Amino acid sequence: MSLSAAQPNGTSPSDWQDRYWHVDQVLEKPGPRTDPSFLAGREVQEFLRDKCKILVIGAGGLGCEILANLALTGFKDIHVIDMDTIDVSNLNRQFLFRPADVGKPKAIVAAEFIMNRVPGVIVTPYYGKIQDKDHEYYMQFNLVICGLDSVEARRWINATLVSMVDSDNPESLKPLIDGGTEGFKGQARVILPTITSCYECSLDMLNKPTTFPICTIANTPRLPEHCIEWASVLEWPKVHGDQKLDTDDPEHISWLYGVAFKRAKEFNIEGVTWSLTQGVVKNVIPAIASTNAVIAAACCNEAFKIATSSAAYLNNYFMLIGTDGVYSYTFEHEKREHCPVCGGEALEISINHDWTVEQLMEMLTEKQDIQIKKPSLSTPLKPIYFQQPPQLEKNTRPNLEKKVSDLVAAGGEVTVTSTTLPFSLSLIINYT
Amino acid sequence: MLKIWSMKKNEDAMAKKKPKTSAAQIRVQKDLTELDLPETMRTEFPDPNDILNFTLIITPDEGMYKSGAFQFSFNINTNYPHEPPKVKCTQKIYHPNVDLEGNVCLNILREDWKPVLNLNSVMVGLQYLFLEPNADDPLNKEAAEELKKNREQFMYNVKASMKGGNVKGVQYAKVIVQ
Repeated sequence: MSLSAAQPNGTSPSDWQDRYWHVDQVLEKPGPRTDPSFLAGREVQEFLRDKCKILVIGAGGLGCEILANLALTGFKDIHVIDMDTIDVSNLNRQFLFRPADVGKPKAIVAAEFIMNRVPGVIVTPYYGKIQDKDHEYYMQFNLVICGLDSVEARRWINATLVSMVDSDNPESLKPLIDGGTEGFKGQARVILPTITSCYECSLDMLNKPTTFPICTIANTPRLPEHCIEWASVLEWPKVHGDQKLDTDDPEHISWLYGVAFKRAKEFNIEGVTWSLTQGVVKNVIPAIASTNAVIAAACCNEAFKIATSSAAYLNNYFMLIGTDGVYSYTFEHEKREHCPVCGGEALEISINHDWTVEQLMEMLTEKQDIQIKKPSLSTPLKPIYFQQPPQLEKNTRPNLEKKVSDLVAAGGEVTVTSTTLPFSLSLIINYT
Repeated sequence: MLKIWSMKKNEDAMAKKKPKTSAAQIRVQKDLTELDLPETMRTEFPDPNDILNFTLIITPDEGMYKSGAFQFSFNINTNYPHEPPKVKCTQKIYHPNVDLEGNVCLNILREDWKPVLNLNSVMVGLQYLFLEPNADDPLNKEAAEELKKNREQFMYNVKASMKGGNVKGVQYAKVIVQ
């Protein structure tokens, strides 16, 4: 057998015997659940093994599982992006990393590990942010699969993939498979940009980060968390002035712990520990390896089905709740009619005639289906309030106290942008 | 993948109601409100209601152009970000990459412009020209020649020009600030 010659069925010389035996059971003949467009046999095997290019975003808890699953199901051209380096606390579940790798970039170490372990697979790492890359970069992939821990990054990649869809170019449609875990809970979903509900459509499903009423924190603490919040929200600025709290600095955490502990004692509250202090101020939810494994498997299964059309793919939302027994539920999340990302039209809102610009901005920040941090606003003619640059901020600051109705006519348009979002939101304002 | 590629787009999404604010305006709003400039750069808006035309002032704190204040006008048209902003130096300065009419030779302002770049990248690029003047890409050929041939003399010329002096028959603008 010649080593250099291309092999049939998308196999290659580096493949061991019967490498794809199991996968080929699915790919070599149609079954009762296969899509009518499925063409069993050589073509689909070659597509999966030689042509399909998949991007994995995140090489952490989910990412490690995803990379291993993809490589073993036969995806051979895998790219991975991650902006983090390996921390010693990752090693219990991020199994592509070893103690000697601590401090090294996750994407690079993960790529090397997979390539060493699974011959014939090429994993191309990028150590950096997804925002560093442009449309041209994302256009080269057939599928994008995410194992992220941030809402912001998900909103960014979702909006980017939606904006890339070009109706004249079918291949510009990049299915996005998004996995997420939080403790024993997890979710996997399939997003076909512009066709199905997108990430932004479901923004109102997110829980608000737990915040306690300031009066409880200040006067009647009942939980250890209240004492820690008291230390970080009220005491830190009082004692340290302008110095910002760095939640990654162990000395800062120790200071908070000391202060919170004293307060807890005063109110007879038990349970303030150093690690709880760190958990509360960093908003940490423990990561569970088995949840990651389940969700990553679900995501990779969808990637395989979409790439090969060998079975119906998820429509479109799967959730797993492992807190009390094992419960899962699958449903079709519907497109939001006025989704600012995939709906395309302006969002109509009705506000009180007396509202100030500041009140409007507060609403944009708070409202569950909008959630825009630090918005900058303008009418088609001029800025209303800009966060930057300094001169424009100063110039537009007086507008904060003005009534919106003095600046924008009823039915008028307001453009909202924010550093955290790759899209802009247009509002049509009406008054009550 | 064939299944996905043959899917019909959502009709409603295709018939998008486009907002009236121009795409350029929105993008400039985004760029400006996300500027992350060092203390050596600041923007000035002659008309704060017009965000498409403004001035950038660069005051290098190191290199041979230290203690000068250099002004650039930014004009952004409706094709932004598909076209780069039009940037000109509004003073007559002695610099290998800036000609006497104020045209600037910076790759990302012409051939290497990409819509993924933003105003921040242009500004950082301009500041870099004052830290590392580039003799290989000259607009002021004499200055570039001097920089290549005799760095000492070049630096002397820079100093003289910044004080509003005359270098080889050309009167330069006084840009020194103290």
